[in-house]
Amino acid sequence: MFNVIESNMIVPNLHLLTLEAPEIVPEIQPGQFVILRAEQDGERIPLSISDWDLEAGTLSVIFMNVGVTTGKLAALKPGMQIPTVVGPLGIKTEIENFGTVLCVGGCYGIGSIFPIARALKELGNRVISVIEARSNYLFYWEDKLKQVSDQLLYITRDGTKGYKGHVRRLPQIIQSVGSKVDRVIVNGCSLLVKLSSDVTRPLEIKTIVSLAPIMIDGTGMCGVCRVSLGETTRFACVHGPDFDGHEVNWEELAQRRKMYFNEESVPLQTSRCEEHAEKILAEHLNLE
Amino acid sequence: MSDQPKKKLDLSRRDMPKQAPEVRRQNFDEVPLGYPEATAIAEAVRCLQCKKPLCVPLCPVEIDIPGFIKGIAENDFAGGVRVLKDKNLLPAVCGRVCPQEEQCEKGCILHKKGAPVAIGRLERFLADWEATQGEPEIPAMPAKTGKKVAVVGGGPAGLTVAGDLIKLGHDVTIFEALHEMGGVLIYGIPEFRLPKAIVKREVDYLQKLGVEIKTDFVVGKTRTVESLLKEYDAIFVGSGAGLPWFMQIPGENLNGVYSANEYLTRMNLMKGYLFPQFDTPIKNHQRVAVIGGGNVAMDCARTALRLGAEEVQIIYRRSRQEMPAREEEIENAEEEGVIFNYLTLPLRYIGDENGWVKQIECLKMELGEPDASGRRRPVPIENSNYIIPMDAVVCAIGNSPNPLIPETTPGLEVGKWGNIKADEQTGKTSLDRVWAGGDVVSGAATVILAMGAGRIAARSIHEYLTSS
Repeated sequence: MFNVIESNMIVPNLHLLTLEAPEIVPEIQPGQFVILRAEQDGERIPLSISDWDLEAGTLSVIFMNVGVTTGKLAALKPGMQIPTVVGPLGIKTEIENFGTVLCVGGCYGIGSIFPIARALKELGNRVISVIEARSNYLFYWEDKLKQVSDQLLYITRDGTKGYKGHVRRLPQIIQSVGSKVDRVIVNGCSLLVKLSSDVTRPLEIKTIVSLAPIMIDGTGMCGVCRVSLGETTRFACVHGPDFDGHEVNWEELAQRRKMYFNEESVPLQTSRCEEHAEKILAEHLNLE
Repeated sequence: MSDQPKKKLDLSRRDMPKQAPEVRRQNFDEVPLGYPEATAIAEAVRCLQCKKPLCVPLCPVEIDIPGFIKGIAENDFAGGVRVLKDKNLLPAVCGRVCPQEEQCEKGCILHKKGAPVAIGRLERFLADWEATQGEPEIPAMPAKTGKKVAVVGGGPAGLTVAGDLIKLGHDVTIFEALHEMGGVLIYGIPEFRLPKAIVKREVDYLQKLGVEIKTDFVVGKTRTVESLLKEYDAIFVGSGAGLPWFMQIPGENLNGVYSANEYLTRMNLMKGYLFPQFDTPIKNHQRVAVIGGGNVAMDCARTALRLGAEEVQIIYRRSRQEMPAREEEIENAEEEGVIFNYLTLPLRYIGDENGWVKQIECLKMELGEPDASGRRRPVPIENSNYIIPMDAVVCAIGNSPNPLIPETTPGLEVGKWGNIKADEQTGKTSLDRVWAGGDVVSGAATVILAMGAGRIAARSIHEYLTSS
């Protein structure tokens, strides 16, 4: 069993969960993920690691409450326990001295891009962090990101902070940086990472995206997380989660993520009031 | 024997009662029901108690077969259990899933007469009898040696190594990546063939013997083999199956195309059949094709039926004769109504507008000359393409060994399939103090072969620990 140390809604519907996992923490590298189960009958879901504390032996994940398991995780309180935290899984994000790197995060990715930016900064890169949200009240960890970035830029869909629009604005940001951007690294929902890759392709800037397909074991055994890169199939849990965003077959990824769309809401309907399920479904649809 | 009056050979091998096909395809309960006591005794009495039994050398874990059968024949079930468990820690498992017809029973003298003693059924009988007798007997344990062994993987190979070494006085810790122990016994083999309560019972027994168990621990990720070597005197790697194989044909990433590992893991480990009481969903597809002809393919096909499929088809490129599944499993699938398409090769999967598989294009084959495996090679029949409608496909053509440990252990030699290289006689790998066995060495094989490899490695580890 794993102790819950901290559990907060940090901005509407985004939750931060800090767990005690002293055996996992020393091995964590930026870009890796853990698989969690919220309870004994629960499913296994992958979540990116957003930060960790070696001394305390704790790790933090940030997630949006969109379904059964995230709902259960969001309801946890300090002092409670969950049965499974396993990891760190996946291959770490490639970190070198690339020159100038754009670290783009949206949603939970604002959190998970943080350790990547930190590691890049430590190696002497010029780090430009770009975070994106619907509105300014949905940003978090701005101070943390500022500390590890040469510049922190914002994009909001309603124009309440920074650039107005979506990650489609990245080319303008890249132009404004003043020097050549050597690499773009994007963490966040499928739509965000896809659109980012779309707009950097014509600019011919290597763009690394962290993908979150459905997973079960997370150790390369079941193969549900397969992703097409051109003609080859890769398994996100052991070959990823990072891939070259210009090679990913996005249409297939989107289809595969929807595989259990109908089933995902069933336990909600059977275990909670229907309004709640509908609300969550509606949120889910908004995200699509 | 020669002094005794010649007993007339009893050539009536006792059948084991089974759930009727029309009933069992509606439930997830075990299909064979086990011998009643009187039947078990009658079957056990048929054993000739050969002085030089030919069954024993064919058993990968060297069970004293006539010894435990004698216990049954003489109504001394507790005695029989003792003999059985001396060599086999997982008798309730092996009695169910071992291919006895290819092993021990093939050596039985009565096999020549067409009626080998039903060794597997008797093994199962004793193990199940023991389970009804309350707490299992804990054997006398030797003094602790103070040596520590790490076992990577809680499947059949790892469980065997752990059981053998704990009984020799070593400290043993099993590291299991999943949240439950048992490996393929838990995630792969379905409830109707191996009830999970049985696996749990066998694992509990190991814990009672003093084996320490750490689940949710991925060696290679949570800690490397190198790091474990600083704390443990020896390491056994039995990390099992890895990436599932697909056929590399168009459409394999469509929704509704599963690897057998995924389909079975959803079903067994995650209890998809109890959704939504358990949170992991599994789809109740109406028309399901299973590609492959092994035991895993049979498990997938029979699982699909139980989930309510109207039609389940096995698609296999050779004929029934070449099919690697156990005869018993093929028969069970046939009785339950699985349709077998022999000499058929899938060419591509065709999707609908939402990315779900809707059809399979197949090609008919015929048998040509024997290939390297000695089986007749299937050869395509030109222009025999045809399309069948299908709303799910399970690809059960095997998997490569798990890559996590080979990838994270410098100096560990691997073969061309990514399998860890281990000496057949000892299980030793290229790294000092590291042994390996089971599917991660052999590629996908059987439970009992993994257990056999575990036994060999345990012996070698013990020799090493007691000589150093």
